[in-house]
Amino acid sequence: MSFLIGENMIGGYGSADNILKGCTLSVERGQIAVIVGPNGAGKSTGMKAVFGMLNLREGSVKLDGKDITNLKPQERVNIGMAFVPQTHNVFGGMSVEENLIIGAYRREDDFSDTMAQVYDLFPILKEKRHQPAGELSGGQRQQVAVGRALMTQPSVLMLDEPTAGVSPIVMDELFDRIIEIRNSGIAILMVEQNARQALNIADVGYVLVNGSNRFTDTGQALLENPEVRKSFLGG
Amino acid sequence: MEDILNSIILLANFVIVPGMTYGSQLALGALGVTLIYGILRFSNFAHGETMAFGTMITIMVTWFMQSVGISFGPLPTALLALPFGAAAAVAIVLFSDRVVYKYYREKKSNAVFFLIASIGIMFVMNGIVRFIIGPKEQRFADGERFIIKAREFKQMTGLSEGLTIKMTQGLTVVITIIVVYALFRFLQHSKMGRAMRAYSDNEDLALLSGINPEKVVKITWAIAAVLATIAGVLYGLDKSFKPFTYFQLLLPIFAAAIVGGVGNPIGAILGGFVIAFSEVTVTYAYKKFLKYLAPEGMEPDSLMQLLSTDYKFAVSFIILVVVLLVRPTGILKGRVLE
Amino acid sequence: MTQTTKNFVYFAIMAGLLVAVGVIQSWSVSLSIFNLCLISAVMALGVNMQWGYAGLFNVGMMGFAAIGGVAAMLVSMPPVTAAWANGGGDLMMSGLMVVVTVLAIILILRKMPKGKKRNYTIAAAVIAGYFLIRHFYDPAVGAIESTEAAKYGYLGGLGMPILFSWIIGGLFAAGAAWLIGKISLGLRADYLAIATLGISEIVIAILKNEDWLTRGVKNVTGLPRPVPYEVDLQASEWFINLSATFGADPIEASSIFVKLCYTVLFMVVLGVILYLSERALNSPWGRMMRAIRDRRDAASAMGKDVKARHLQIFVIGSAVVGIAGAMLTTLDGQFTPGTYNPLRYTFLIWVMVIVGGSGNNWGAVLGGFVIWFLWVEAEPIGLFVMEVVTSGMDDGSALKAHLIESAAHMRMIMMGSILLLVMRFSPKGLMPEVVRHHD
Repeated sequence: MSFLIGENMIGGYGSADNILKGCTLSVERGQIAVIVGPNGAGKSTGMKAVFGMLNLREGSVKLDGKDITNLKPQERVNIGMAFVPQTHNVFGGMSVEENLIIGAYRREDDFSDTMAQVYDLFPILKEKRHQPAGELSGGQRQQVAVGRALMTQPSVLMLDEPTAGVSPIVMDELFDRIIEIRNSGIAILMVEQNARQALNIADVGYVLVNGSNRFTDTGQALLENPEVRKSFLGG
Repeated sequence: MEDILNSIILLANFVIVPGMTYGSQLALGALGVTLIYGILRFSNFAHGETMAFGTMITIMVTWFMQSVGISFGPLPTALLALPFGAAAAVAIVLFSDRVVYKYYREKKSNAVFFLIASIGIMFVMNGIVRFIIGPKEQRFADGERFIIKAREFKQMTGLSEGLTIKMTQGLTVVITIIVVYALFRFLQHSKMGRAMRAYSDNEDLALLSGINPEKVVKITWAIAAVLATIAGVLYGLDKSFKPFTYFQLLLPIFAAAIVGGVGNPIGAILGGFVIAFSEVTVTYAYKKFLKYLAPEGMEPDSLMQLLSTDYKFAVSFIILVVVLLVRPTGILKGRVLE
Repeated sequence: MTQTTKNFVYFAIMAGLLVAVGVIQSWSVSLSIFNLCLISAVMALGVNMQWGYAGLFNVGMMGFAAIGGVAAMLVSMPPVTAAWANGGGDLMMSGLMVVVTVLAIILILRKMPKGKKRNYTIAAAVIAGYFLIRHFYDPAVGAIESTEAAKYGYLGGLGMPILFSWIIGGLFAAGAAWLIGKISLGLRADYLAIATLGISEIVIAILKNEDWLTRGVKNVTGLPRPVPYEVDLQASEWFINLSATFGADPIEASSIFVKLCYTVLFMVVLGVILYLSERALNSPWGRMMRAIRDRRDAASAMGKDVKARHLQIFVIGSAVVGIAGAMLTTLDGQFTPGTYNPLRYTFLIWVMVIVGGSGNNWGAVLGGFVIWFLWVEAEPIGLFVMEVVTSGMDDGSALKAHLIESAAHMRMIMMGSILLLVMRFSPKGLMPEVVRHHD
């Protein structure tokens, strides 16, 4: 029984053909699950399905044993799921600190601890907290985006290609932070283009092809699987 | 020296004071338009009618108060009645949102359908206002008329030019400052204000942060309606209330919002003053002003007026077009309309 | 019911309503409404071209209608030679100065490199040009406006038959639209709407205030007619005999006859424009327009020059509105710039198009008929409703008097409600656009 699981999901956008054709994704607390696969395999779609951003024709999504298949994305925010989109993931015209405060919008309690934790995790954000988020570099913006999501105190953090468009050094650093977040007990589900590096930090890896699971194993096992290496990791 | 002082007073009397007053009124109107644009993403053609509606209710409550003998001392009674007018305006825009705009919002319709719907609302509200109070001009200012009278000013200073500041002019500027200050405090520091800015900045991400869009939309309508009523009442006190004039105010108000950068509240205020001062300076006859400054024998004999006052609208509009062509985002960066 | 039968029924009901007005009120009233229905239909066709074919949001119809109107006046009124003699020369000179200034600016733009220096030079040229123009213009205006001010005070027109103005009005409007379109068509819907709204206000401001051209708010009355005058008819033997054969009173008959003459003229114009519109809509050109409207990016990727096409249809649609404006002024027999009001001349036309069915020419015509009919009849209907509502009240009551007096404003509420209801429950209008599939 997984903490978060999207089981046998079939569906797509609108009435068009199904993009997901029976795909199962799950993640435990304190785990990183990574979804990789070729372009058009339905990686992002799979994750959006788990977050309720498209209608499933079949299959279900469960969080902590409760069926949440019919909840809207906003309602999933309320029960502790956080989503960081690939692009447009910060409030560009607002300061870094305001981005974080907005992240805590639903919270009635004092969230200064959480903010301090985010600043500990991403010290550069503390330095630039009064700058508009839109003026930061790509890597820093991703940090703001992740920070905003953490402010909701989620039990699940979902990241859609967090390292898209950042340099390899920044990517490594970002992955280190994601490991730190995992270690705090949060379940992390993410889609990654940089499959090799991502599987390196993954507890679980999913290789999606054509809308369904091709391989599911630990990150390390997938990296060592010759078939995966040949077809998806470039040898 | 005295000539220079006289010329300055003359300018203050006919350009600066009226420009400040009109600019404040436009700024309040433009703030409403710009907030609606930032949150609901359409240009609200019914904003002039919202002003007229709120003002009309205020006038009627004023009449009632006057009839039972309530007054506000030296200040116009309308200020006491204003909260009632604002509340009525809030009620009617929330109602129109509920029965009209909400449907298109849920359907995620193109902005142009919101715009056309706002034209429908404009017709209805226009009809309601004319039906209730009639199309004729109404004056409802009472209390003290002047803060400074020209004659007193002349006696005080010994200058030959007198400065007049009407009570309504002073009130307009003071109230605008208070309202704008309160609005910015709200937008910058309150939870709801921040949520509004976030929603305007990035709607999808705002939803992902758990912001309730319907609440943001309602608060935005309410604020826009209150601002519209204040602007309308101040304009009506300063000049007079006439439904058609309020409809026509739509143009300079839109111009102010766009010139300043649509969706940007500071821009709306800046835009209001840019438009107001352009209108006043371009249509002012500088003959007397230059008389004070020109050397003996070189006084101008024409009116020295760049454009006749009848072309006020043209001024705001030409500025609008130039800004659209040169800097489509407005003076301060706003959103480019899609 | 198929759409075709529905359409037939709509027009039949419309005809029935006009006949009912003829029987209940009077045939003269019915014909007056019908004539304005025809003009409204022409205007709606113009708007439908811009919005329905191309998706352009133009709310400046009032300006184009007024330009057509002033053309009717300028073409038909006899020239005021005294005014020309007094101020014509100076006016020509100021016109020449306008040309010189514009040429100078173009020359500067072409010859000088971009930069601050060029901007300053242009600013200097504009200022110098302004004073040069005013130097000739001010005395010219003074001289013209003081020439028999009570009777003339303007330059008059060309003294040509007023029917020419329907073409000239269209051309004037087309020219104005070209200029406006050049500046503002790059803008998306909201900006275009605000820009056109502003321009139409400026057009009205000019027509109201340039007395030397239009007499401004003093109005120009007594425009020559393209049809006979009632008094002449009543005096002519053939007409008296004609009305006798119908057993009608010659005075009433003459008024109906005059209106019928207008009806025939208007129907010819509407017929021609409708025929051309339908031809255009079904031509490759029309298909391209709709392709641009529905898939702008795809069309532009396919190498269609979206901006040039938009300019084209903006000019054509505005010209049609200009023609309608000239027809309206011809029917009125006077040019009254003070009466142009955006609610009536712009937004009401929009209601017609949306209610009729945007993208469908016959729909626009139907919308023009239905909405104009309701606009006119809203007053008696509103009055009737108010009389019923207030029937229980005291005759002396102020509320009753107020309600009855205000009944006329019901029409605004009615128009807005119709627009909102149609948008909500029948967004394609009474006669939806016919989606033609490519073969």
